[in-house]
Amino acid sequence: MADPWLTPRSPLDDLSLPVGDKFALADMPPAARFVFRGAEAARAACSTAFGVALPKALGAAGSAGERAALWLGPDEWLLLAEGESAETVAAAIEAGLADVSHALVDVSHRQVALEVTGRDAARVLSAGCPLDLRTKSFPVGMATRTLFDKVDITLWRRGETDFRIEVWRSFSPWLAAALTEAARGAPAA
Amino acid sequence: MLLIPCPYCGMERPEIEFRHGGEAHVVRPPDPSAVTDEAWTDYLYFRSNPKGVYAERWRHVSGCGRFFNVVRDTVSDRILASYRAGEPRPAAPVEARR
Repeated sequence: MADPWLTPRSPLDDLSLPVGDKFALADMPPAARFVFRGAEAARAACSTAFGVALPKALGAAGSAGERAALWLGPDEWLLLAEGESAETVAAAIEAGLADVSHALVDVSHRQVALEVTGRDAARVLSAGCPLDLRTKSFPVGMATRTLFDKVDITLWRRGETDFRIEVWRSFSPWLAAALTEAARGAPAA
Repeated sequence: MLLIPCPYCGMERPEIEFRHGGEAHVVRPPDPSAVTDEAWTDYLYFRSNPKGVYAERWRHVSGCGRFFNVVRDTVSDRILASYRAGEPRPAAPVEARR
């Protein structure tokens, strides 16, 4: 039997999250996460070492398999590697950037990921997110840090009705509850 | 709510993603002990508060995280220019938008 002290637990484990075609919330599996900062040389070297091109375009996200790189700022990216060990991923990146000035910070346990799907996903997110989430202004593949009500989130649109939210761990039960409540009050489309 | 154009993100973003950072282009004296008390006090405490065109710092804290400068008309709240930190204030900001 697995040692309960070593089994990763999500702060959302005990919550019942909404399911359905209209609106569904899901807890994403644990992932290795890093905030990577560096100039152009570091960006190029990290793209090779991590296996995903770190996007240069503003607000873009790139992914390959279970790995993804999200643009956060002019020299800042969020690297995600679902289901992988942070130590292994960090060692691989560090090996490829031995001579390049950069910063790689492990934030795997700082935040958790929520998947928001369903026809009403964008409308429900709009209850607390001030961005225009229509596809013409927030297209598929765009990722950015923003707010949901008072909570900082990183919002990544992976499909027209499929969003991934990265949120700080201790905020996640509140965020899940707020989204669930917003979905209950969402007017009919 | 203001829509503030962030020069780093390249788009207008809602005001609540930002924090105001006070007046822009306030230069710290390189050698504080060499300036008079009046000049140091002026640097520390005194800011202009014009009715009209004003250059101010903003930080896109819930976005790209960067500081940048904005020229805003404090009467109409119209934003006349937005430029990266370290860049000089545009000489005569034109109303590029609206």
